[in-house]
Amino acid sequence: MNLFAEAIASILSGPVSETVGQRLTQHLFLTLLSVAIAAAIAIPLGWLIGHTGRGRELAVGLSGAARALPTLGLLFFVALLAGRSLAVGLLVFVVLAIPPILAGAYSGLEAVDRRTVDAGRAMGMTEWQILMKVEVPLGLPLLLGGIRSAALQVVATATLAAFIGLGGLGGYIQAGLALRDFPQMLAGALLVTALALVLEGVFALLQHLAVPRGVAASRT
Amino acid sequence: MIEFRSVTKRYPDGTQAVEEFSLVLPSHKTTVLVGSSGSGKTTLLRMINRMVEPTSGTIEIDGEDISGIPPVGLRRRIGYVMQNSGLLPHRKVIDNVATVPLLTGVKKKDAYARALELLDTVGLDRSLADRYPSQLSGGQQQRVGVARGLAVDPNILLMDEPFGAVDPIVRADLQRELHRLQSELGKTVVFVTHDIDEALLLGDQICILERGGRVAQVGTPEQILTNPASDFVASFIGADRGKRALSIRSTPEGDVVVDSDGRPAGVLTGQTKATPFRGVGAPAQGERAS
Ligand SMILES: Nc1ncnc2c1ncn2[C@@H]1O[C@H](COP(=O)(O)OP(=O)(O)O)[C@@H](O)[C@H]1O
Ligand SMILES: [Mg+2]
Repeated sequence: MNLFAEAIASILSGPVSETVGQRLTQHLFLTLLSVAIAAAIAIPLGWLIGHTGRGRELAVGLSGAARALPTLGLLFFVALLAGRSLAVGLLVFVVLAIPPILAGAYSGLEAVDRRTVDAGRAMGMTEWQILMKVEVPLGLPLLLGGIRSAALQVVATATLAAFIGLGGLGGYIQAGLALRDFPQMLAGALLVTALALVLEGVFALLQHLAVPRGVAASRT
Repeated sequence: MIEFRSVTKRYPDGTQAVEEFSLVLPSHKTTVLVGSSGSGKTTLLRMINRMVEPTSGTIEIDGEDISGIPPVGLRRRIGYVMQNSGLLPHRKVIDNVATVPLLTGVKKKDAYARALELLDTVGLDRSLADRYPSQLSGGQQQRVGVARGLAVDPNILLMDEPFGAVDPIVRADLQRELHRLQSELGKTVVFVTHDIDEALLLGDQICILERGGRVAQVGTPEQILTNPASDFVASFIGADRGKRALSIRSTPEGDVVVDSDGRPAGVLTGQTKATPFRGVGAPAQGERAS
């Protein structure tokens, strides 16, 4: 049997099948929690930057720096300093997820026609109402795009979580490496890829649904 | 009544947009600010709802200095119609019209009922209420913009080149309708345009501006046509090109009115009764509420 078929067989009925549910859950949990925490930090910040037009350079600079960090190195470094724990894993993945969400949040607001914002203000909307009723709905597709790329990066990178004892689908790769069990390694890689594709599909759908009706109408 | 007192606006980049501008805009009349692009019209208009703050000078509405009125509240009681309609693209026509009433806590049902009435008022079919702005023509969008401006039944309506971006036939239509509307509603309208014909058509009072918001002439259309205050005004209204200087020529067919080039412009159909003075200048004693 070739490697590929062995890997599939292992997922469906072999040794991998016994733990796949648990590992998948761990992986997804870690990914979604990291993205949620990153979103809770980056969205308000991004909206503040996008609404006021201030602090953009700082955000771009910090995002660039965060993106330049090698995630594997950071993960091991923090784990060495602080020990292996869920908090360490989350910290590293949150750092990874913040830049794309931040960029999505402020670029979404920046993409809103200034004249529309001006009209809202001239009608007597408060700054908060301008943000919530004009800028946020119109900037939503770009924000979701940012969350989408954050989730994809984290879902792929969360494979590393296994190396600091947090489980997830990376566990198959880690174990496969140690045992030179290539079908198991491939099974891990296939599962991560499949999960990433599913997430991608879900976000693509959400992003599509988030385009406001009136805006979508003008694009047809 | 709106009154500008020695209002100056210098933008942060140093542009002197308006200099020592003073003008009384009488209540229930249409005042047109007309001038070429960059003469400070938009700046003047936007100072009335505090979208722009004067560098010096004061603006009063019914004798109250507006610099003491919180901007959000002030804007909610002044209608504002802009060139590109400024409609919210993600909201249906009816929600656009009802925006400000809903902000101020009017019940949704009442706000919608009023919005539908306003569609009638501006000559739009109620079936358009559920459309999005992008599904309307330019002229229809401007009508929605006017309906939205009227939604809180404001005393003051600010209009910044509202018909500037629609084609000439639609524009003529909209101008006629605004004229009709205004004769019914009697708002204090401040209308900005660069088109002198539009100004003459709509204005009870016309203020012709030169660069830097300097007043070249203020008066009724009749006063400006019969007595241009300067060469600038004469040239601006087209008097120097003979477009406004019409004469009667007898032809075998009958008398025709011709312009200074001798081209027929129309026929004389008799004399209308002299219109009474159109209420420009100092407001009558005791006049209240703009
Ligand atoms: N926000 C601004 N910052 C700097 N300059 C401005 C701003 N708005 C308008 N101006 C300048 O002020 C002058 C008057 O502009 P505006 O009031 O828009 O004139 P108009 O509406 O008659 O075309 C122009 O020279 C314009 O470039
Ligand atoms: Mg202008």
